[in-house]
Amino acid sequence: MTLLEVKGVTLRFGGLVALDDVSFAVEPGELVGLIGPNGAGKTTLFNAINGVYPITSGTIAFQGMRIDGSPSHAVARLGVARTHQVVRPLADLTVRENVTVGACFGREGLGLDAARAASVEALDIVGLASKRDELAAKLNVSQKKRLELARALAAHPHLLLADEVLAGLNANEVAEMLGVFRTVREQQVGIVMIEHLMHAVMNVSDRVVVLDHGAKIAEGSPQQISSDPKVIEAYLGDPKVAERFMAEAR
Amino acid sequence: MTALRSRFLWPLLGLIALVAALPLVTNAASQREDFFLIFMLVILASSLNIIMGYSGYVSFGHIVFFGMGGYVAFWLMFTFQTHLLVAALAAGLVASAIAFLIGAPILRLRGAYFALATIGINEAMKSLVTNFEPFGGAVGMFFNFSVYDAYGGARSAAQLAYVAMAVVALATIFTSFVIKKSKFGLALMAIREDQDVAMVLGVDPARAKVQAYVISAFFPALAGAIFFFKSGIIEPGPAFELLRSIEALVMVMLGGIGTVAGPIVGAAVYEWLRSTLITTPALSSFHLFIAGLLLLVVVLFVTAGLVGFLRHRFLAVRRYVE
Repeated sequence: MTLLEVKGVTLRFGGLVALDDVSFAVEPGELVGLIGPNGAGKTTLFNAINGVYPITSGTIAFQGMRIDGSPSHAVARLGVARTHQVVRPLADLTVRENVTVGACFGREGLGLDAARAASVEALDIVGLASKRDELAAKLNVSQKKRLELARALAAHPHLLLADEVLAGLNANEVAEMLGVFRTVREQQVGIVMIEHLMHAVMNVSDRVVVLDHGAKIAEGSPQQISSDPKVIEAYLGDPKVAERFMAEAR
Repeated sequence: MTALRSRFLWPLLGLIALVAALPLVTNAASQREDFFLIFMLVILASSLNIIMGYSGYVSFGHIVFFGMGGYVAFWLMFTFQTHLLVAALAAGLVASAIAFLIGAPILRLRGAYFALATIGINEAMKSLVTNFEPFGGAVGMFFNFSVYDAYGGARSAAQLAYVAMAVVALATIFTSFVIKKSKFGLALMAIREDQDVAMVLGVDPARAKVQAYVISAFFPALAGAIFFFKSGIIEPGPAFELLRSIEALVMVMLGGIGTVAGPIVGAAVYEWLRSTLITTPALSSFHLFIAGLLLLVVVLFVTAGLVGFLRHRFLAVRRYVE
């Protein structure tokens, strides 16, 4: 069964069309890269999927069930987990408590003891186990990014919405994180990944969806996308980015 | 529940029970009066901490549940000669029901707006009761002395009130601890830190907050029932006294917001300070001034309060004291 099916989703904020008739689907175990220039509506699309913003029209179905209109906690319980682009740790709680929240109230709704165990596991996966008793506020940015990911993974979701998890990480850390994504995907978890690091997106994605001004302008394999003139044009607003994009994608 | 195997909870409750038994054994009436008041303040502060410390919703009008509880219980005892313990339980349930009804709309408000709404509710309740004839209106209600005969005379009625207050204080602390160490408590703390993130992680904030509010309303109502039973008189002014609400807030801040031990320490220290000041002739009119000053110092310099400060500072404290 299709894991996530977004059909004709439009989202308006007053006169501003943030999402314009967007459709795409994700299968279990598939990694979809979501790219587009700044302000294209990528994060907004995540917010629409997990119920933070109500959509204006269209439908969103998760495992065949309509989830548009559901509050975000209900969507989370069905098995949709996400990370935030701007990290949002629960500052006054420890790293482990942060992750335990994800395990307690996510898809599996684990009891506290089982959730603690799941949180240690998730912290191990992202390489943050040694920091588990620190307050989340004390982590640096790259650690907070990992915390976001651990919190999402601890819920053992069916679908992971990863919003710029790689930004600000060094080359080693990026490689490690991509390893995490591969492991997660092997467990039949679908992943949608917003990312500006083109080589990363092109390397790990099964499929790439391109947004520009709220509309989907292209979708296809990384090879197709990197040679699609519409995509290159969308990035041409910033020639440097276009150049880098083309170079990195090769 | 692993939380109940705590090395902190049982010694703490045991210690408090021992302290509570002291004036009963030595038959020291004035000490019993002091402890009675401290236990009442512990109940107010500790229950306030559940909504304010764990969930992050600062309530200035927490005293409304004390007043409502006092009134409901007093009316039951006065009209139907209901036994104190039954009347107190009924009062607790009524207070929780009121919290359930007003909780859903006001807990949507954030920050200062919630705090203001709680003051409004307390003032509204006060004027409602002042104009409500079955509760005696502005004059209130008072017992005929013979009411205490059913409890074996005024002396043993006072003793019953004392024991009841101590037991309710223990129950409040127990509840506070269990919440803090539970999945429910984790949800509350996640909401306190960032409600939107909590929601994305699967926490239903509306439900968790109303539950916390309902629980936090129950205990002050019991305290109100017992307190006014012992006084033998209830009036709108003392029942819904905003000042006492603010004092409870100071106790929570002073002892350590969001900790289990904090409100206990805060209540004891605050009451000790207040009674010391009030019995020192030169300072007797300054106790509120000093309370305000204390709050300022805590908010500015030791935001974590006494217990919070010690927990931050010493690993051993953090390991044992919640």
